[in-house]
Amino acid sequence: MESYFALLKGRRDQVARAGEPSMNIACGSPSLAGSVSQRACVFCGSRVVLYPIADAVHLVHGPVGCAAYTWDIRGSVSTGPQLHRLSFTTDLRETDVIFGGEKRLYAALSALIEEHRPRAAFVYATCIIGLIGDDVAAVCRKVSAERGIPVLPVHSEGFKGTKKDGYRAACAALASLVGTAEPRSADYRGDPAVARSRLSINILGEFNLAGEARIIRGYYERMGIRVQSIMTGDGRVDEIRAAHRADLDVVQCSGSMTYLAKTMRDGWGIPFVQASFFGLDDAAAALYAVASAPAFAGEPALAERAAAIVAEEVDKVLPEIRAIRRDLEGMRAAIYVGGAFKARSLVKALRLLGVSTALVGSQTGDKADYDDLDALCDPGTIIVDDSNPAELSRFLKMKRVQIFIGGVKERPIAHKLGIGFCDHNHERKIPLAGFEGMVNFARELRASAMSPVWSLLDRERDD
Amino acid sequence: MPKDPYLKHTAAESPPREALTINPAKTCQPIGAMYAALGVHRCLPHSHGSQGCCSYHRSTLTRHYKEPVMAATSSFTEGASVFGGQSNLLQAFNTIFTLYDPDIIAVHTTCLSETIGDDLPQIIGKATAEGKIPAGRVVLHANTPSYIGSHVTGFASMTRAFVDYFAETTGKKSDRLAVFPGWVEPSDMAELKRLLETMEIPYTMLPDTSGVLDSPLTGHFEMYPEGGTRLEDIRHMGDVKASIGLGPYCSGPAAKLLDTKCRVPCDILDLPIGLSATDRFIDALRRTAGVAVSETVIRERGRLVDMMADMHQYTYGRTVALAGDPDQLCPLSEFLRDMDMKVKYVVTGTPGKPFESRMSELLGEAEEGDWRGAPGDLFSLHQRLKAEPTDLLIGNSYCKYMARDEDIPFVRFGFPILDRVGHSDFPYVGYRGAMRVMERVLGVLMDRQDRDSPNERFELVM
Repeated sequence: MESYFALLKGRRDQVARAGEPSMNIACGSPSLAGSVSQRACVFCGSRVVLYPIADAVHLVHGPVGCAAYTWDIRGSVSTGPQLHRLSFTTDLRETDVIFGGEKRLYAALSALIEEHRPRAAFVYATCIIGLIGDDVAAVCRKVSAERGIPVLPVHSEGFKGTKKDGYRAACAALASLVGTAEPRSADYRGDPAVARSRLSINILGEFNLAGEARIIRGYYERMGIRVQSIMTGDGRVDEIRAAHRADLDVVQCSGSMTYLAKTMRDGWGIPFVQASFFGLDDAAAALYAVASAPAFAGEPALAERAAAIVAEEVDKVLPEIRAIRRDLEGMRAAIYVGGAFKARSLVKALRLLGVSTALVGSQTGDKADYDDLDALCDPGTIIVDDSNPAELSRFLKMKRVQIFIGGVKERPIAHKLGIGFCDHNHERKIPLAGFEGMVNFARELRASAMSPVWSLLDRERDD
Repeated sequence: MPKDPYLKHTAAESPPREALTINPAKTCQPIGAMYAALGVHRCLPHSHGSQGCCSYHRSTLTRHYKEPVMAATSSFTEGASVFGGQSNLLQAFNTIFTLYDPDIIAVHTTCLSETIGDDLPQIIGKATAEGKIPAGRVVLHANTPSYIGSHVTGFASMTRAFVDYFAETTGKKSDRLAVFPGWVEPSDMAELKRLLETMEIPYTMLPDTSGVLDSPLTGHFEMYPEGGTRLEDIRHMGDVKASIGLGPYCSGPAAKLLDTKCRVPCDILDLPIGLSATDRFIDALRRTAGVAVSETVIRERGRLVDMMADMHQYTYGRTVALAGDPDQLCPLSEFLRDMDMKVKYVVTGTPGKPFESRMSELLGEAEEGDWRGAPGDLFSLHQRLKAEPTDLLIGNSYCKYMARDEDIPFVRFGFPILDRVGHSDFPYVGYRGAMRVMERVLGVLMDRQDRDSPNERFELVM
């Protein structure tokens, strides 16, 4: 490891080992120019947050690439309209870059709204919009006035910060929607039994990958709580507009949505709690946190219902989890994901399966995230911020990792090393959230780590 | 078959929309430049722009190839876009040569760095003058703004840049051929090399992604896999006796430059997809290399013709819709015509006069009801299919929505293919590749016949 550090001067501050007194990771800084970073840009951050709103038009204002690469790549399921799965772009050409793209934007927006009659439109400004000086906000205001729907600019020029700044720009767009309409219980899409409940929440940072929102929503509804809106999984514009009437915000993906939660707290007086639905412990904690939130003081029944749900769900899944644990016990895992908050849940979930975490890292974690990871992980666990393939593969080999949890760019690296893989990002195909999600997670880990293919690998060349 | 009614957001008719592209049939230049640069040994592509560009290209290529894809980025910030990207690029050279140790850095620009006006030759010159490029290592660049051309032109520009920077004339002619394969899969590049070797023709192929984006699982991660064109071979390209550029859009600029720069005569041909285009390729090889066509190749051709004859009753008169890139669409259309199929709709996001005139040469003028949409997008193709469907649809993975909505047999072909494997392993070029095209086409047509035929007409022997 020391020899690796010697090689990697510029990275020294972004790699640490848990339990060491020097644990003080540098993070939140832009990637070193020239690195093969796994990170993305501001636009990417905005696009992933807003994309799942299914009855809105999402227009990417810029040259074709940004729209093409984000066309239906996120497995955010909608139970209704699928408008978000089409790719709309102003496809700017050289003359537009010279003379400006406002006219084109106006025409494109008008045509889209005319044809698809969406409930709102989001306009994403990409890199060069910031340079050529299109007044995207003014065009949006004009079209909004003409068409009578919210048309929201998303200031997501790629170079104006990191992916986190993109989350923030998306949150700003969402915040301007919140409070512009009233909820209608007749339109409630969840369990009719809670449509008129006086207790209500919004769930923030849940994107309904592989249909996970249904699972999470179900737990709270069984507690007797109405879920006013989910931001943004299976999202609907009208539900988000009325989100200010909820009693509490439950923030799952803290990295992306805490900014919105704070805005709603300051603007509408809605308190928020943080939660994670990955792993049995955290899923249970997410229910208890809502039950015991000050917003629901005077509702002692909530705690009892939460406890009953947890008991019932854990009973259902524990036998299989125990069985899988027998197969996985003693294995070593690595985690490299977008947000560090999720990484914490995964460390705990792996521990429940008898799997130790040898390496954990994220693209966008902050100081507090990494301090928490340091406290949580076993001594010696490598903790990295903004890593790259060469570094990851070195650590995977050094730590003799057997299963890697990451996203699209990490999968083939793991496979080349002969290591099992679980996608915990956009490309997950099965729900991994909630109690039933934990079983799916365990099954997937076992299936991949114990795939017969690894025994067919010619390991003679291995060192 | 249950179908999701909600996925249908395409109306048969819609208001005019000059300013709007829906479901693009193209993407931007830089990804093509990145793919081309990956086909040179120990070359690290570098994206001079925001971090997201590089990340998107790598993710898309990874989804297409199921392989790690290495590339670095200048990681532009607000400051860089105000003061220019020079300091980012200089720092990037330092980081890359220190950490990743490539022999070559292939820089491509983005819409951001182009709009700012970064002068790449000047920056590279400065880096060289200040000793920021270690001895024996090289840096090259291609201008690939996203608001000009498409992924196709980006590939062409980067291939051309390699010739521009490195091809030299020593005055001592070699007996090699230079072959520019165009934007085809690693499997296709391997097949082209096999054909050259079968005919005992010495060659340099640029680029060559076989052995890079189709690497075996060994238990090791290789930052630079063993494949890729060697830099010394690119340098020697100025001395080759002739060059063959496959695909005018992807290979034309490089082949023409090698001609003007080093006086290497070039033949620019269609990609050898299908029988007639492969005939022209093999004939060009025979003429330029002065060799006889090998028995192996003659036999392969004969087997292809045999398959076309045997299966004519299933291909005759069938209508086809195609979406893709000009270099692929022209020879593919010709092959479908050779199979007695009727190419009804063609759409590309990379329009141009050469494409349109080549299509007319190969297929004749469009007939009543035909549509050759260039420029066009997949949404407009979908609307045509809604108005009058075809028997077959051929295109990249994004065409699967149309295939499902309109219930049309579908063959994946082109870039990207995000939802199937095989394209990096089994070629579509050459006679054997043409047999694979046929096998795929017949497979979906005959599966459809089996699915739809009533019990009494359900046939065992086809």
